Amino acid sequence: MFEFLTEKFEDIFYRIRNRGKLSPGDLDEAMREIRLALLEADVNFKVVKEFIGKIKIRALGQDILESLSPSQQVIKIVNEEIISILGGGISDVSFAPRPPTIFMLAGLQGTGKTTATIKLANFIRNKYGRKVSVIAADIYRPAASLQLSDLAKQINIEVYSKKDKKPLEIIIEGIDFLKKSGSDVIIIDTAGRLHIDPEMMHELKDIKRNVRPHQVLLVLDAMTGQEAVNIAKTFNDDIEFDGIILTKLDSDTRGGAALSINHVIKKPVRFISTGEKTDEFDIFHADRIASRILGMGDVLTFIEKAEKVIDEKKAKEIEKKILANELNFVDFVDQMKSIRKMGSIEKIISMLPIKNKTKMFSNINIDDSQLNRIEAIINSMTDEEKVKPYIINGSRKKRIAAGSGTAVSDVNKLLKQFSMAQQTMKQFSKFGKGFSLPF
Amino acid sequence: MERLIKSINLIWNKFRRNNEGFWEELEEQFILNDVSAATTSMIIGDVRNHASMENINDIEKIKELIKDRVKKILMPVPPVPGDNGMNLLQGLKPSVWMLVGVNGTGKTSTVAKLANLYKNNGKSVLLTAADTFRAAAYEQINHYAELLGLPVVHHQRFSDPGAVVYDSIEKAVAKNIDLVLVDTAGRMHTSYNLMEELKKIKKVILKKLNREPDEILMVIDSTTGQNAKAQVSIFHNALGLSGIILTKTDGTSKGGIIITIKNELKIPVKFITSGEKLENIAFFDPQKFTDMLFPSG
Repeated sequence: MFEFLTEKFEDIFYRIRNRGKLSPGDLDEAMREIRLALLEADVNFKVVKEFIGKIKIRALGQDILESLSPSQQVIKIVNEEIISILGGGISDVSFAPRPPTIFMLAGLQGTGKTTATIKLANFIRNKYGRKVSVIAADIYRPAASLQLSDLAKQINIEVYSKKDKKPLEIIIEGIDFLKKSGSDVIIIDTAGRLHIDPEMMHELKDIKRNVRPHQVLLVLDAMTGQEAVNIAKTFNDDIEFDGIILTKLDSDTRGGAALSINHVIKKPVRFISTGEKTDEFDIFHADRIASRILGMGDVLTFIEKAEKVIDEKKAKEIEKKILANELNFVDFVDQMKSIRKMGSIEKIISMLPIKNKTKMFSNINIDDSQLNRIEAIINSMTDEEKVKPYIINGSRKKRIAAGSGTAVSDVNKLLKQFSMAQQTMKQFSKFGKGFSLPF
Repeated sequence: MERLIKSINLIWNKFRRNNEGFWEELEEQFILNDVSAATTSMIIGDVRNHASMENINDIEKIKELIKDRVKKILMPVPPVPGDNGMNLLQGLKPSVWMLVGVNGTGKTSTVAKLANLYKNNGKSVLLTAADTFRAAAYEQINHYAELLGLPVVHHQRFSDPGAVVYDSIEKAVAKNIDLVLVDTAGRMHTSYNLMEELKKIKKVILKKLNREPDEILMVIDSTTGQNAKAQVSIFHNALGLSGIILTKTDGTSKGGIIITIKNELKIPVKFITSGEKLENIAFFDPQKFTDMLFPSG
């Protein structure tokens, strides 16, 4: 989800980062690109305008052009702003002190209310162990209540539906009925309606006034365009909802609608729905999504972590050694350890600002057990062997393999990789740029 | 459907002395209507160049230039003289149309509206319930079939949609039906397996009919934003779309996405729908659509 915005940001900052220092022109270019990326992500035009304005003011105010890592500063600012728009903090589900807790779902036609009703019911039941039931109050769309009943039956959830009655009557009767059957949580599925349809909106207002649900949730298609803000605003004016269920996030939508709504009407996204299966549903985590939008998961954490674990002096020493072709296993294991301090390889990759990383790394099986094996092999070497790998002969290999619980072929493989790495690094250093970690 | 540009006159008056502001605000209006940034800047750029080359400074003339540019994009290539859409059925019998799209765009309602439209024009129509996935999808289409007094071919839920289509065409041939409408399950364009399933349905039609489906129409919800382009381009790559049906135009979204789709992907809109009633469907008319976007005055 949110892949597009992610890619765009990755592009922009990858370019800036490679250039090192930012010029005022760069900053303008970055802002233009961010603007375009956000617009193409369906972030509302007015929100984009404000967003860019804010970032620019903050960026200029902090003299980022003079700072050593201007691009990181910009990233930091953009990241913070997106999080502040998406509304930080994780929102858990809260229940009424006296059951049943009543949820009501509303939204335009085709946003996925019926599916979301079932998914929410399933989610609350499985996660909080409550007895959940649903009410089918969509009397307009042909077979809508049948759809809800079918889905409910599939996952063993009680459903209340009635023919030839008005939605309000169905709901009131339903709550009464389900209360008696011991439901802790009741979720009401309403008919899809246009926010500009006065009659239908009146019906919804009427239901809300009479039923007083504890949580009213707007179901919003994540692929909605610029109108998302107006749609949400009208619903909010009429029935003041508490939060949003963002659906169809399994598409490659850029998801800007969520950002806009948060910014304009300050109502949080509470849940996300991400597929055809009933369990493809979760609580929305603003911080996680923000870092996804930035596409750097967590470039900031990554940079901070890298700075903490990589010793400048040591890096210089290693550079010298590489130039002199003296790199050995002691250094190798040292470097490996410091990188691994940042977390699992998978996690490190997820933090890297690399384009299409999922595609890039999908074929490469870098798992931590492999690294563990490498470390074990090196640890089974004598100090002399670590410094002078070329003395490792057949009998030494056997010993190392036995000591590290690996096979001789594993030892051979590592030695071969190491000598290849030495060659590569030597070639790099020949360009006169020296060797530095690639980030 | 509302007009695209609130009022060019208003913007013009606001920026009478400042051309830059006028073009910028015009650009904003396009983007606010979900026209992509690329297509917007192409339209504005073209009109601006044209205006400056011919030294046009009159608001009415500039408005005409904008309208013409948009209309040129929306016009089918080549335009069919006197086309009222009924010629879509002038090929071999039965004409087989597939309706496809992501979830919740209104495929089933649109099938019902098309069926009603052609039935009222004296054509025999057969409905095909090829959405065997969604709960109660058959009951929904069957409801419409009963309402319209039309036959519908269906199998059990979760059965192979290809088999439903096979049976449907066989029945249509036997009964000399004019139009077979195939309602497929909504699916995300990002789901590889489900897109492959659609290709399979298309193959079944090809095999049974000895030609491709006569129309493969993608149903697009007019509230959709920029993602519409990704949707259409992936469905088009998989199936080769013949056109778009724009739905829910009675909402507040103006359907600017179809300008992007036609401009960048060259796929024309064939129908628009605008309400919950069966008769709320119309052949797409670029002239009317453009006039609606830019009302005079």
